[in-house]
Amino acid sequence: MTIRHHIPDRLLMAYAAGQLPEAFSLVIATHVSVCDVCRAQLAAYEALGGAVVERTEGIAMRDGSLEALMARLDALPPVSKTVARPRGSLPAPLMDYIGGDLDSVKWRPIGMGVRQALLPTDRSATVRLLHIPAGAPVPDHGHRGLEMTMVLRGAFRDQLDRFGPGDVEVADTELHHTPVAEQGEDCICLAATDAPLRFTGMVPRLAQKFLRI
Amino acid sequence: MTLDARRVEIPGARPETPDYGAPGVVHARRTQGRTVENGSAEEDWTALLIRVRDRQDRAAFAQLYRHFAPRVKAFLMKGGTGEALAEECVQDVMATLWQKAALFDPARASVATWVFTIARNRRIDALRRARPEPEDLDWGPAGDEPDQAEVYEAAQETKRLGEAIARLPDKQRVLIERAYFGELSHTEIAAETGLPLGTIKSRIRLALERLRQQLG
Repeated sequence: MTIRHHIPDRLLMAYAAGQLPEAFSLVIATHVSVCDVCRAQLAAYEALGGAVVERTEGIAMRDGSLEALMARLDALPPVSKTVARPRGSLPAPLMDYIGGDLDSVKWRPIGMGVRQALLPTDRSATVRLLHIPAGAPVPDHGHRGLEMTMVLRGAFRDQLDRFGPGDVEVADTELHHTPVAEQGEDCICLAATDAPLRFTGMVPRLAQKFLRI
Repeated sequence: MTLDARRVEIPGARPETPDYGAPGVVHARRTQGRTVENGSAEEDWTALLIRVRDRQDRAAFAQLYRHFAPRVKAFLMKGGTGEALAEECVQDVMATLWQKAALFDPARASVATWVFTIARNRRIDALRRARPEPEDLDWGPAGDEPDQAEVYEAAQETKRLGEAIARLPDKQRVLIERAYFGELSHTEIAAETGLPLGTIKSRIRLALERLRQQLG
């Protein structure tokens, strides 16, 4: 896939620093899995973390700390392989959260043919899969916080650009956009928000609360 | 980048080449074009970690501990971790370094960078949060010899970045440090660092392109 829309640097840096809510981290981990540009930039931000640690003036460990750990070393078996992760049509971190591939997603209709599936994360932000029929609009919604949307299948367009597989659109409070799935193929996206989406034309407020959308 | 997922064999670092800590391939390259400051050679953390990996070398481990454990402790405490928990986390970080030495890839990252990622992950665990990791790359058939120039570059990057950080205006330097100590929320983190990160990105991208070609 040809990826044209990448993760903004400030979010890669926040992810490298371990400062992003789980929901956004999942979108970044999924994108980096398929994007070497962002994988390399992430490595650079992790190298920056290494340099920060290296130049930090140390605080002495308590007396006997090294000896205590040395005494335990023989009981610590070497680890030479990482845990095998699921393989399928989606990147491994996303499959971890779905508990399988796309056919394992438990979709729920939210109106106008659009379906969603919330993925389990801590509540500091939410992340969901969205299934939008080809040619259908994702109704206009405003944002009160950060939103990241990664295309997994198909494509959508909004006022700004076209977003195809692997692309990530980042929106904040300034943007009031109306993405439309391209004709020809249903669009499946992974979308994280740190504020509830406020759909302005589709679902009553009460239903939003009920559906956690 | 997930740093703990690679298995790269370095024939030159196998036990049958027992003088890895002495001037070997890596060491010889290190001395080229390097200005030795204060008249003393800096420790070669990569070589020490490879000794831990290949020989469970406890003396090498102790040297790594004396260097990194106090830094990781300070790193955690600056982010607000209490002294007792920081101490406990450092012990876990260093235990992980011992256990996962085989997963360290010296062509991808310096020891300091690897230690940082372990410490970061331990801090996230301590906060009972989660940080999904990208898919690992299969860095290729075991036995592939990493490019020694890359091993050298990866080790040098930490030093160069550290020097570049030291040259930044105070305000900018403090913002970067606070971001990594975990004092800034993601909305407060700005990406403009004024640091030469492009060279690191280029090196990694080249490695990734080579890898993709090998995978065909």
